[in-house]
Amino acid sequence: MTLDRRRFLTISAASITGALLTACNADPEAAHPLLAFAERKNEGVEEALFRHDAMDRVPPGARLAGAAFPRYFVSPTVPVWDAGVRGLWRLEVSGAVRQPLSLTLNDLMDKFPRVSQTVDHFCVEGWNARAEWTGLRVSELARAAGATPDARFVDFKSFDDDYHESWDMPSAMHPQTLIAYGMDGNLLGPGHGAPARVHSPVKLGYKNTKYLTAVVFMPMKNGGYWTDRGYEWYGGT
Amino acid sequence: MTPSLVRRNHWVVRLTHWVNVVAVTIMVGSGLRIFNAHPAFARPGERFPLNPWEGHGVPDWLTFGAWLGGARHWHFAAMWLLVVNGLIYVAFLALHGEWREVTPHRGDLRAAIEMIKFYLFVNKTHPRQGKHNALQKSAYFAMTVLGVILVLSGLAIWKPVSLGFITALFVNYKWARVVHFTAMALLVVLILGHIVMVFAVDPYSLRSMISGWYNDAKSPEARNARPFYHLFGPGRSAKATPADEHAA
Repeated sequence: MTLDRRRFLTISAASITGALLTACNADPEAAHPLLAFAERKNEGVEEALFRHDAMDRVPPGARLAGAAFPRYFVSPTVPVWDAGVRGLWRLEVSGAVRQPLSLTLNDLMDKFPRVSQTVDHFCVEGWNARAEWTGLRVSELARAAGATPDARFVDFKSFDDDYHESWDMPSAMHPQTLIAYGMDGNLLGPGHGAPARVHSPVKLGYKNTKYLTAVVFMPMKNGGYWTDRGYEWYGGT
Repeated sequence: MTPSLVRRNHWVVRLTHWVNVVAVTIMVGSGLRIFNAHPAFARPGERFPLNPWEGHGVPDWLTFGAWLGGARHWHFAAMWLLVVNGLIYVAFLALHGEWREVTPHRGDLRAAIEMIKFYLFVNKTHPRQGKHNALQKSAYFAMTVLGVILVLSGLAIWKPVSLGFITALFVNYKWARVVHFTAMALLVVLILGHIVMVFAVDPYSLRSMISGWYNDAKSPEARNARPFYHLFGPGRSAKATPADEHAA
């Protein structure tokens, strides 16, 4: 080889710098099949790590986010259920169940065991916020509706535009996965998904459908609002 | 100067080194992209005075993955490359006995001071401290330790519920995130220092990380080389000899 050392070093330094600069803030398409493969494998790992007795624990007396708890929705304005136009709000429970249910907010509050828990909310962006959530366990809902063995996934639908997110059944049946109608001791506000929303520390925030309208048990998953926009479907913590 | 070629780096070390370059580059770039989605450590409604740049992200050109979701796909794919490669490296060092060359020993502090004294022109001759001098040894050891901390704190923020016992090692999710970011920043500083020192003190070692061969006659000890010595010092005499070119 006649390449002298100085030139070799210059060329290698230049090509490494060049490669890094082209890579800057890039997302090379060619790697996407590999990334999709990794996501499927990671899903398997995450499901294997998932346990119903692994709980999110917030120490007693921890400071809650309160009014600073971020609000978000995908509609241009805050979605509010207008009973005058749409009739009384009801939660429809359907799909792979023996007994489909249509429940009013009072039904949710009175016919199911009421659970209050102070837990983390983990946002995909990286922050976490604490609040006390009150509601009923999704597992109670599944029991009341008689979810069949076909129910391997659950879709949580919303009246916030076309927002929905489907979940794997084990995550939905986690004891900390709630249909919440209360937050920090008050009824859920319009900024946080009133009248009822999904809240669970076992999934990232975007999986926690707000402005809930329907819970559909399904044999197949059907993506979700952010999932269809490229975020990972599992989104578990 | 007659070249005295020696085998310096085993192929496992060379391979894992360059795979690590790729893995760490992707992990740091995509990690910074994820960080930029919310470049702060405070929970909503709280403050985090320890970070003077709270709320300020890093420049886009330092990031990789284009957007939050894309960067997460890269981060969670490349983490396997990083971890498997790291395990191969550590297992090799453990089984091959080479861990002795990159772990701290008694007297290393004194040896490091000797190195600093030499670099600061207090001492005239380059100390001879084995394959790596004490400064290198502590840097390489620290990098491995930071790697372990990064993987553990990474698991802590990836799975704060499923792997809550790991998150608890770092107090909670928020502090695990702080540790993850800080360890990354320290690792980047060490890597930049490493790259500068390779080119400034021992550019001949680059060959040993590619082909495995090293010319002992060109070692910093043999050349009595301080940083940038080959550019500015009387050591211009250490210019490559023709015989050496062929070996390269």
